[in-house]
Amino acid sequence: MSVGATSLLRVHNEATRSATPTESSQTSFDMNRPTVISAQNLTKTYGDLTAVDNISFDVPAGESFGLLGPNGAGKSTTMKMIGGVSQRTSGSLAIMGLDPESHGPEVRAHLGVVPQQDNLDEELKVRENLIVYGRYFGLPMSYLKPKADELLEFAQLTDKANSKVDALSGGMKRRLTIARSLINEPRILLLDEPTTGLDPQARHILWDRLFRLKESGVTLILTTHYMDEAEQLCDRLIVVDKGKIMAEGSPATLIREHSSREVLELRFGSERNATIGVELQGIGERLETLPDRVLIYAHDGEAALEQVTARGLRPMTSLVRRSSLEDVFLRLTGRSLVD
Amino acid sequence: MTDSANKPLTTAAPPLRAHSPEVSAARARRWGSFFYAEQVLRVMRNYGWSVILYSVGQPVAYLFAMGVGLASLVDANSEAAFGGVSYLEFVAPALLVSAAVMTASGEFSYPIMDGFKWRRVFYGPHASPLIPQQIASGHIMASTLRFLLQSVVYFLVVAMFGASPSPWGWVSAIVATVAALSFGLPLMAYAASIKQDKGQFALVQRFIVMPLFLFSGTFFPLDSLPLAVRWIGWISPVWHGTELGRVFTYGMDQSPVLTIIHVVFLVATATGGWVLVRRQFVKRMGS
Repeated sequence: MSVGATSLLRVHNEATRSATPTESSQTSFDMNRPTVISAQNLTKTYGDLTAVDNISFDVPAGESFGLLGPNGAGKSTTMKMIGGVSQRTSGSLAIMGLDPESHGPEVRAHLGVVPQQDNLDEELKVRENLIVYGRYFGLPMSYLKPKADELLEFAQLTDKANSKVDALSGGMKRRLTIARSLINEPRILLLDEPTTGLDPQARHILWDRLFRLKESGVTLILTTHYMDEAEQLCDRLIVVDKGKIMAEGSPATLIREHSSREVLELRFGSERNATIGVELQGIGERLETLPDRVLIYAHDGEAALEQVTARGLRPMTSLVRRSSLEDVFLRLTGRSLVD
Repeated sequence: MTDSANKPLTTAAPPLRAHSPEVSAARARRWGSFFYAEQVLRVMRNYGWSVILYSVGQPVAYLFAMGVGLASLVDANSEAAFGGVSYLEFVAPALLVSAAVMTASGEFSYPIMDGFKWRRVFYGPHASPLIPQQIASGHIMASTLRFLLQSVVYFLVVAMFGASPSPWGWVSAIVATVAALSFGLPLMAYAASIKQDKGQFALVQRFIVMPLFLFSGTFFPLDSLPLAVRWIGWISPVWHGTELGRVFTYGMDQSPVLTIIHVVFLVATATGGWVLVRRQFVKRMGS
């Protein structure tokens, strides 16, 4: 790890230790760690539409907490309410013991925010974006100048420091947005769909940076509709659909509770997939028919495949894989995450 | 070996530490508008040369055309028509005010749409301790500084042309700035309410800014217009600003009541616009 990154992580550890959040009686994840975010019966409606429907959760300090769900599930609305930039319709919400509606500036002073859509100032240079953002927190230039350099190193953007933002690639802009969100050494980092639209390499670089922050003790609140991202980064997550919490737990627990160990994916062609179900009855623990493939949930996927071929069925392709959060979501909602 | 030899050659720098969130919030609550104004000024610095060239080039071009060209024709034919002053003296404060209003029409239209919709730059600071009202106020403060600087430069050129004989002429730069806000802040409130760009700003330029420029007693006294269109001047920040500017640059004879009306009109529309802007920013960013 680079010197800058080491220093950054040290500072975050200290910042986390010095946090003074309220204790919560409802923390189920880790009673020893103080709760930094507490949402109880949180609801948000826009006219007739209920975007967030009576959800409750607590997040202890240092946890990496995810909201997994499809587009329109209410994840971003929840994030906006946590950041105090959207007013809740009912319920209670406390960030570091403060209500974001009545103490918006105080709450946001604790947060780093990575929005779904980059809103960097493209007329300013890369380094200047960090410094200007730090000024919003009243931070002095004597702190901001070296801090900006440190964050550029952390985001692997040192050689772009004096470039205009519009010269950066999508992945670089995302890393710059994350670096910008760290300028005030936040104890809580809100990441709304942090890797949407990025290529696989850019996603992995970003995950690496986020993982380092997680290791340093920063509380990460992450929304995503990528199951692999949730599995990589989240200690615990809630599966959200149509504004409601469908399930809550660690990725491994959710998979164990709501899916089998392995999944056999079979493709018989779009014409036959819908009708082949009857012939596959009795194989595995559960069968799910999708328009493009049939999923057989089984403890042993290879054994299930042997049963399929023993019945004289010849799929065009077959794949045995471990269960994922995608399968959990499918089980809980009857829909795929990308529907 | 001496003590100094035992000391390390380099001393490790103390770790960088941000001040506490509580301090951040307190500073943002107090100075947030200034913090955002600083950002707008940094962006303006990127096109600083064009601002300077516009501020100097426009008055030089206009005053040269009016003072050397049109004025020689007008002064030779109708000396008394402009209250006993030269045409250049008559038109200079109007041009000063018009220039500030036109700059305001640019600064308070497209950049506002940009902040909310195109590049969404207002939403960056909104995730920091700043509140929507401070973002609006910061934009207004930085723009006001630009109007004032531009108007001061414009006035200096006016003075160099000998078109401001009164020692109080410099006040016209302040009047022009207030006129710019009087026109610009209601426009900014409107711009903040627009969700889709359907060419509204082009319409504002053609059907509001240009008529105000032409029918606000800029190039001829308002009373020389037919009564049917004179009302355009009465509701125009350009006319109220121009009339006040003339009082200061060459001591135009005007009743104190009318002077007060001009001041009240400009301040009231600017204040009303500011209230609407704050309300619109809160509505747009805090739903």
